[in-house]
This record gives sequence, C-alpha cells and structure tokens, in this order.
Amino acid sequence: MKSFLFVMSALAVMGLAFWAYQENYKTQQALREVRNLHAQIGAAHSRIGVLRAEWAYQNRPDRLRELADLNFDRLGLLPLLPEAFGTIDQVAYPLPEMLSVGNPIEVSSDNAPTDEEPL
Amino acid sequence: MQERLRRPLRPLARILKARAAGENTDAIERENLRLRHEDLRDKARARAEGRLLVMGLMFFCAFALIGGRMGALANSEPEEPRAAATGSPIIGQRADIVDRNGRILATNLDTYAVYAQPPQMIDPARAAHELVAIFPELEEERLLRDFTGERKFLWVRRQVSPEQMQAVHDIGEPGLLFGPREIRLYPNGSLAAHILGGATYGREGVDSAEVIGVAGVERQFEDRLRDPANEGAPLELSIDLTVQAAMEQVLHGGMMVMNAKGATAIIMDVHTGEIVAMASMPDFDPNNRPQVLTSGDQSDSPLFNRAVQGVYELGSVFKIFTIAQALELGLVNAATMVDTRGPMTWGRFRISDFRNYGATLSVTDIIVKSSNIGTARLALQIGAERQRAFLDALGFLTPTGVEMVEAPTGAPLLPRQWSEISLMTISYGHGLSASPLHLAAGYASLLNGGTRVIPTLLRRDTPQDGPRIVSEAVSAAARDMLRQVVTRGTASFAEVAGYEVGGKTGTADKPRPTGGYYDDKVISTFAGVFPANDPQYVIIVTLDEPVETSGPEPRRTAGWTAVPVAAEMIRRTAPLLGLRPTVEVADLSVVTDAAH
Repeated sequence: MKSFLFVMSALAVMGLAFWAYQENYKTQQALREVRNLHAQIGAAHSRIGVLRAEWAYQNRPDRLRELADLNFDRLGLLPLLPEAFGTIDQVAYPLPEMLSVGNPIEVSSDNAPTDEEPL
Repeated sequence: MQERLRRPLRPLARILKARAAGENTDAIERENLRLRHEDLRDKARARAEGRLLVMGLMFFCAFALIGGRMGALANSEPEEPRAAATGSPIIGQRADIVDRNGRILATNLDTYAVYAQPPQMIDPARAAHELVAIFPELEEERLLRDFTGERKFLWVRRQVSPEQMQAVHDIGEPGLLFGPREIRLYPNGSLAAHILGGATYGREGVDSAEVIGVAGVERQFEDRLRDPANEGAPLELSIDLTVQAAMEQVLHGGMMVMNAKGATAIIMDVHTGEIVAMASMPDFDPNNRPQVLTSGDQSDSPLFNRAVQGVYELGSVFKIFTIAQALELGLVNAATMVDTRGPMTWGRFRISDFRNYGATLSVTDIIVKSSNIGTARLALQIGAERQRAFLDALGFLTPTGVEMVEAPTGAPLLPRQWSEISLMTISYGHGLSASPLHLAAGYASLLNGGTRVIPTLLRRDTPQDGPRIVSEAVSAAARDMLRQVVTRGTASFAEVAGYEVGGKTGTADKPRPTGGYYDDKVISTFAGVFPANDPQYVIIVTLDEPVETSGPEPRRTAGWTAVPVAAEMIRRTAPLLGLRPTVEVADLSVVTDAAH
C-alpha cells in the first residue's frame, strides 16, 4: 500500500510537471500574441491618427471655400444665407407625370351624325 | 571486507592468552570499547561535516539567486507587465482638441527629427552640402563647422516630412540619424489661432520629446490634455468650426474694407455662456507660431488676442448698463423724459452730445440717439457706489473667467477713485477699459433674462443659471430699446431681415500714450443680440482705427464701420447657428426652380 501511494504521488508529480511545462509555453505564446496585437493596435492607432489629421486638413474651411469657388459652374454652391430658408408651402408639389400618348387619332366632330340630342 | 566486520569486545585468543598470563581481561574489553567509540565518533563527525557543507552550498545558491535577480531587476529597463492587458493600452501623448461637433482643431502627427553624430560621419562636407540642398534654411558653413568640430551630437532639424526624410536617407551618411517625434498639428491653419494658442517641445530626448502648450487652451488645459487617466478623450470646446470660419472671413474682409488696424469679434450663447466663435485680427498660424515681440507694443503683435487681452474704452455700448440699472432701481421707466440740454458742465468737465437732441429725450430715445448727457444725468441719480456694484455684478471689475491662460492679463482698467466725474464718464463707456469679452459677457448677462453669465470655451449643454442681476422685465425692456436702436437709431445698418437684431454702437476716441485722446483714431464697437424677442446669441464686433472712405469725408463712427461688418456677420452665421429667419418669404419661383 505504501509503495503504491509512493508510485502514485511520483506519477502525479510527473503529470503536474508536464502540465505546468505545457501551460508555461502556452502562456508565453499568448503573451507573444498580445505583444504582437498591441504593436498592431499601436500601428493602427497611428494610422487612424494620420487619416483623421488628413481628413481634417482636406476639409479645412479655407480649402472647401476655394473648391466651392473653383467649381461654382458645376456645383453652384453658395454660403448658407437666410434666403436659403423657406416654408414648406413655398415648395410646389411635383407635377403629375404626363401619360405617354401613343397612336394619336385626329378627332373631329364636324361631320358627325346628329341623331343624338346634345345635352 | 574483513576490516568492516565488527570487532568483538572480548576476542577469545587474547582473553585466553591474558588468562594464561594471569592478567585482568576487563582491560582488554575496555580498550576495545574505547576504540569502537572513537570509531563511531569519527564517522558521525564526517557525516555532520558533509551535511554542513551541503547546507552551506544550498544557502549560497539561494542567496546567489536572490542577489542575481535583484541585480537583474535593478539593471533592466522597467517594463509594463504584459499579461495585465488594459482596455486601451496605446494612447497618444496628448489628447486632441475638437470643436463642439467633434471636428478636429488640434491633433498629433508622427514624424521624425534629424540629428547628427559627427564622430560617425564619413564625409561631413558632402553631408552638409546635401543637407542644405534639402533644407535651404540651414547654413552650410555652420553645419560644416559643427560636423567637424568637437561636438558629439547635434540636432539638424526638429521635424521633417516623409519626403525630406527619404532625401536625408539617400545622402547615405551614417552619422545622420532619425529620432521619432510627435508634432502638434492644427489642420485648419490660422482658424481659431488665438483660442488654441500653440505648442512646442519641452524636454527632448533622442527617442521622444514632450509636447507642451505655450498659450491659449493648449496651455490652460495642459494637465487635462496630458493626463493618461482620460485615455486620450478629446477636449471639446464650445467653438463651432463653421461659424468660426465664416466669422473670420467676414471679419477679415471687414477689416480690409474699413481700413482698420485690427479687429475682433465674439459670438456667444446668451444662456450657456459658450463662446461659439471668437476671433482677433491680425492672426497667425499656430503650426508656425511667430516669435514674441521683444520690443515695442505687444498689442501690435499678431499673437495679441484683442478679444481677451485688449482692454479698451468701449464707448456708448456701455449706456445700456446705466439705463438698465436705472430701470431696475425704479428711478425711471422707458418713457420717462430726461433733461438733455447741453453741454453739461461738472466742475471743469464738459459733457456734450454728438448732436444737439433738444431739451428732453425719453429714456428709450437716450439709447436710440445715444445721448451722453442723458445717460450721465441718469448715472448721477444712480450714484457711484451702486454703479460700481452693478458693474461688479456684471463682471466688469475683474478679469473674465474664460479658460485661457491669457485671461488674467485682460484685467479691466478702473479709475483710481470712483468720483462723480468717473461715474458720469463710465455711464457712457469712458474712463473704464474692458475687453470685448467682458462686454459680451455683460450683454449676455443683461439680455438673457437677467442672470449672470461667465464666458466659457468648454462645451456645455445647460444654461448657467447664475445669480440674478436684473429682472426679466428690465431685461426685456433693454432688448426692446436695443432693437429700436437698429430700427430707427444709430445702428440702422445692422438690420438683417428675419433676425430681429438689437444692438448698440460705440465709438470711443483712442487714448494717446502721452495722455489725452487722438482726434482721428477711434475704437468702434457694435454690441448686439439676436433675435431680440427671444435672445440666443450676443455678437460683439470691434474695429481698431477704422475709417470708411466711400463718402466725401472719412467716417469713423461705429454706425458706418463696425455695424455693417456685424450685420454681414449675422447674415452669414445665424443660419449656420441653426436660426431660422422669421417672416422672411423668399421669391417663390427661386424655390421651385431649386426643387426641380
């Protein structure tokens, strides 16, 4: 009995050692991944920072104003002025679409029979 | 093996021999016993010594391990524990500054600095020559002197663009090296330059440099912007980028047309005290902040923020405070007639009006016609003590509390003694110098229903609800008077259809540095509120030394200079502020055309 316990505990120690060894390497692997991801996040952050800065730079009011002036022929953009406001009843309803007329027929009532009493 | 066998205590051979000789056999036994004990003792000692040695070795190893670990920890670079990953481990060195809608006003950009290590250089002459070709502002001779002299290290350039960096790389000089840098970028250029201030480098190392604010909100919120606890959350200002841009454009144009030396404008929310736009001309580019003037008048520098730092006698725009106080104290009502016969003399002092307005004017007409005499008479009824207390309540006696590092330098200039002469001159805006921002806060406090407003540059969504200064009724009466100034008074050019602008003009002669006043240099100001029936914003426009030359004679009064600029500003910014014009009916055909 005593020797059985002895063997079992020895086996348990070996098993645990094996498990700890594996966990150790898994942890190190995970840490390496985290470090990698952090580096990627950092790079992404700086990329986003550059893009945001560029967005802000490209959309700076001076430049937009110049572009609006340059492309006035095509876009017709004006500064927002009080005249741009209106009420909803100032806007006309869109006119109903005209139905397309196919095979037009000349209609005339000049020689029509007049047996019916006109109203 | 025989040696190892236990030796008997009484070996038979010796006993027999001893017996035969008649000796005592016990001596033999004792002798043997002694030998056996000595033997045992020697063995035990040897074992104990061995154990001591092993234990000593173990202790040595343990201490060596601990000592080695301590040494390693002391020598290694500190490093964050990687296993404890936090939410956002990577944050920029300095938080962004954004406007009220989240548009970027200031951000960081990664770049590089170029430095040289002359001992590692192979061909200093060529390196210097090539560097000057890339950066024309460098001096070749000086570079060469530095490269060939005693120096082991020198900065060549603090910031380079990626193209320049590649060009420096292409020189192929091993003594030219790059260090990463973060620069503060203001993508909108000179927009809101005075508010933002600017940034520069603090402590500098090869691998990084500290970015610190030098002025404006950058300096004021230094700790907030650099606090890692905020995880890079941007600082939200109350500024609206679009409104600010439109305002600066109009202000710059107005300054040119009116031939003014400088100009400043403020648009402020009357309820929350948020400064929606604030500009001072001439301005500068915070990306490339000019040097502080070392001689002459600081107010001539583009760095000078006229809106916050410039204290001026603002003139007749102050009259509404006197009138409002007289109404609040119940001394008069809007229709009370006041004696305006002039000139009014008080000791050696004479007060006269721009024109003679007859013997009496109603209180409303004193404002509408801007009568100095009428205002001074009301001020005499109020008294110096009460006037001082009222202006103090409006914030005219202390620097504005705006969140800029320059704010304390904009302390008002007060008369040394608040005499009756001071009382009368201050009632119409002379003898007390305050900044345009003071005026904006004063108008907002008076016209928003009568509660104190402290100007702020930080976005907030709730009204300030400060202490009450005047009653609702007095506030409404003051707005009504200001509206009449625009409809039938000195500020008729301020009429912007649909926005019910109310406001007051002020034209003050500039004081000479030597004493007295200039005849041909004025500060002209328009202070207004819109819409007058439901106030939302106050606007202050101040022009420094304007002169309008379209007529036969040069005109300098605010009604001809500051007011048209303010009107155009309101026309441009009010729609951007989300205000609908009222009762404005556009031409129908235009609207339908646009809809199609």
